[in-house]
Amino acid sequence: MLEASGKRVYSAREIQPRQWLAGRMSGRGRTGDEAEKEQQATGGTILMKSLKTLVIAAALSLGAVGVGHAQAPATAPAEAPVAATAPAAANPAPVAADAAAPATVAAAVPAGDATYVPMKPTPGVGQPIDAGIDFQPQVSPVGEQAYWFNHVILLPVITIITLLVLGLMLWAMFRYRAKANPVPSKTTHNTFIEIIWTAIPVLILAVIAVPSIRLLAQQYEPPKKEALTIKVTGYQWYWGYAYPDQGIGEYVSKMLTEDQAKASGEPHQLAVDNRMVVPVGRQVKLIITGADVIHSFAVPAFWTKMDAVPGRANETTFTANKVGVYYGQCSELCGVDHGFMPIAVEVLPVDKWEAWVRSKGGNPAGPVAAVPAAAAPAPVAAGAAAPAVTPAATTTEAAPAAAPAAAPVATN
Amino acid sequence: MTDIAATAPAHGPAHGHTDHAHDDHDHDTPGFFVRWFMSTNHKDIGTLYLIFAIIAGIVGGVISGLMRWELAEPGIQYLTGWAQFFDPAAGEVQGKHFWNVMITAHGLIMVFFMVMPAMIGGFGNWFVPLMIGAPDMAFPRMNNVSFWLTAVAFIMLVGSMFVPGGSGLGAGTGWTVYAPLSTSGSVGPAVDMAIFSLHLAGAASILGAINFITTIFNMRAPGMTIHKMPLFVWSVLVTAFLLLLALPVLAAAITMLLTDRNFGTTFYDAAGGGDPVLYQHLFWFFGHPEVYIMILPGFGIVSQIISTFSKKPVFGYLGMAYAMVAIGVVGFIVWAHHMFTVGMSVNLKMYFTAATMVIAVPTGIKIFSWIATMWGGSMTFKTPMMWSLGFIFMFTVGGVTGVVLANGGVDTNLHDTYYVVAHFHYVLSLGAVFSLFAGFYYWFPKMSGRMYNEFLGQLHFWIFFIGVNVLFFPQHFLGQQGMPRRYPDYPEAYAFWHLISSYGYVIMAVGVLIFFVNILYSLVAGKRAADNPWGEGATTLEWTLSSPPPFHQFNELPRIA
Repeated sequence: MLEASGKRVYSAREIQPRQWLAGRMSGRGRTGDEAEKEQQATGGTILMKSLKTLVIAAALSLGAVGVGHAQAPATAPAEAPVAATAPAAANPAPVAADAAAPATVAAAVPAGDATYVPMKPTPGVGQPIDAGIDFQPQVSPVGEQAYWFNHVILLPVITIITLLVLGLMLWAMFRYRAKANPVPSKTTHNTFIEIIWTAIPVLILAVIAVPSIRLLAQQYEPPKKEALTIKVTGYQWYWGYAYPDQGIGEYVSKMLTEDQAKASGEPHQLAVDNRMVVPVGRQVKLIITGADVIHSFAVPAFWTKMDAVPGRANETTFTANKVGVYYGQCSELCGVDHGFMPIAVEVLPVDKWEAWVRSKGGNPAGPVAAVPAAAAPAPVAAGAAAPAVTPAATTTEAAPAAAPAAAPVATN
Repeated sequence: MTDIAATAPAHGPAHGHTDHAHDDHDHDTPGFFVRWFMSTNHKDIGTLYLIFAIIAGIVGGVISGLMRWELAEPGIQYLTGWAQFFDPAAGEVQGKHFWNVMITAHGLIMVFFMVMPAMIGGFGNWFVPLMIGAPDMAFPRMNNVSFWLTAVAFIMLVGSMFVPGGSGLGAGTGWTVYAPLSTSGSVGPAVDMAIFSLHLAGAASILGAINFITTIFNMRAPGMTIHKMPLFVWSVLVTAFLLLLALPVLAAAITMLLTDRNFGTTFYDAAGGGDPVLYQHLFWFFGHPEVYIMILPGFGIVSQIISTFSKKPVFGYLGMAYAMVAIGVVGFIVWAHHMFTVGMSVNLKMYFTAATMVIAVPTGIKIFSWIATMWGGSMTFKTPMMWSLGFIFMFTVGGVTGVVLANGGVDTNLHDTYYVVAHFHYVLSLGAVFSLFAGFYYWFPKMSGRMYNEFLGQLHFWIFFIGVNVLFFPQHFLGQQGMPRRYPDYPEAYAFWHLISSYGYVIMAVGVLIFFVNILYSLVAGKRAADNPWGEGATTLEWTLSSPPPFHQFNELPRIA
């Protein structure tokens, strides 16, 4: 059920492009609606407008599903023990691996309705494979879209062009070698063919541009209100993660030594002591900044990469639709240990993720639960709680940092 | 001296002394020191530039060899030992810092002290005056200043590797010198020295650019209209404009780095109201034209060679010339595609995606025009032609991966991975460098008066061609798998392609050795070259002169029909 709703929500967000980031970066913290109007007025293309017409139709028909999803975080804790079986059945392999995971990394979690044990990575997923040549398997909607774009459009086009150039060259070299053609022609112009080889590349580029722009629009859709916010900070040379809405203060994530990585059955140079942990199928909104120099947060399997720039709060989103462990590495030169500050994201079924949140002393329900329980399921409540995590509030570094302090108080 | 074009017949020493002649009394060449250290002769300065570029290329190439050696296997094997060569007390941290020093030095040396001096300073100086029928450059003494500034800049850059730069000796900021790593992130004089080095190299290039623009606009022989200039001259003209417009921006950007580092300004520090991303915008506003600065003269060289060995004039001459102008113009408005992941608005990203792809159009015109030049020709496959054909194909491969990277959405994954490394080495190491070798073999008889060895030249081409492809093609795979740039070590899974890549380096290095053997052998024992060794296809003015040309040429200006 989770997976299904995740997919349907994806299709809904696919058709709601909004250029909110432009607004945020101008520093005025405009609302999404303003940004949308501006887009209509200026940068808005015909493509965008037709997409938006679709949005309204689709959003109406899918509205109920969206509401259901929004409720999920609030209602799930109570049902957790029961629901645990369903996602487990859907992802048998990783969960089985769970049980065997050695306790080298995380401290034992207090026994409860569900406990968190770091998951073992699935071979060939979320990490490079031996002598691999392709992109890592994509587990996010944006990643699938981008992978499709590259493999169905870009790769064939560039291969054909390269082979065409090679073929023409080889043919000319053979046919017009001095022995075969001792007297060179005097042709130096042919307006028609020059127009052709200008116009055809223009057309090819136009064909590439349409899905390219669409992909960008998809990547930049504003996060949904129920998105899980994580604050990511790059340090020399490790990462810090905080979950302001769950009341989990910043914890640091450092690379494991070779022996530690071996002991926990993970690839060296990718394994870390404390992972970023996210629920499957739920959109994650990352607020990324750098503490000292520029770093870059990257997870190839999610098609995600965003620089961590000191003094800026960059935002990006991803939705991981498959349980597992996904690795990435710092992607902007940041000094001596640039190559040794990997990223590991563990995607868990919702109940397991909630157990992890509790093991960290946080409240999985987040600020939504601050509203009286009876009101929580109502979509209106979700909306009311959301402003605390709107982009406008995150333009300064201080804002997300202040949130964790407030959250636990509110929930108890 | 600037009046040479108008009064050339009176100036030449061949027709007796002029009042202001200093040491031209034997109307031949000055003494060794004066000739090579105080040179005002465009051919001598061109030779100096070429020798300089070869030396810098050896240094930069050895550094890349060390990098491929270290990367051949996972784990850090040699870095600490190499760092101890500079600092006996070096430990693991200094070893890893030395890695960053190497990537920085390799980038800066290859860009500023190998490709640019060879293309513009070397071939530009040698052949622009010859091709337009001018006796020399417009500002011969400024030409000399340019060269020696470049040499001092190189010494400063190499010197920076011996002074503290933060975690170890040398500047470990990458050739892009991004703030804040290059400001608050690197204590010590090394980065300051590297920045000064860039200042000097930039000043040298600006002076050179002024010289070329003046020369080409004012010193063409009678009848040599703008639309009759050889394409190599066109390419240097466009390049000179790019230099003139782009380098001051770099100078401003790195000057602000210096003041941020030393005088407490905060241009690139958000805590003081600055912005680290501002530096990236300024750097790439220079940096993107810079890549065209490196490749455009190569386009010109290849155009001359394809025409010569096809025995046919270049197809679509005007289209070729204005395609270069278009590339130069568009090259100034695409810079932010180097910073797609820095956090920019979607509108900006869409714009830079579209603008970047536009460059493929004039580039495509050039590729197809070269093929059309061959079409119907009578082709021979001497060494320069082989390098030019290799250039066309390799540049196409690098160009199409550029189209992939131009898409901001796709770049999200590939940004700062080995895919990018493969891409820019295909256009530079296999593009610019192939055209350099092509030009070197093409003009070697003219410059030295002796023929190179054809067999060694062909051998050099094939070994180098195979080597660089084995070296760089697998890096596309590494990049798609997610391997980030500028890493001294990597997870086991990347080991296979890294090893193949390192084997490729060895193959390529063998090719380069053959090149040096060829040069040394040919300079000593090569056959004497005729004035025009390439036959009827070589129609530009340099082939009307002796090989090597006289110390001063065109005392009587040639008339172009």
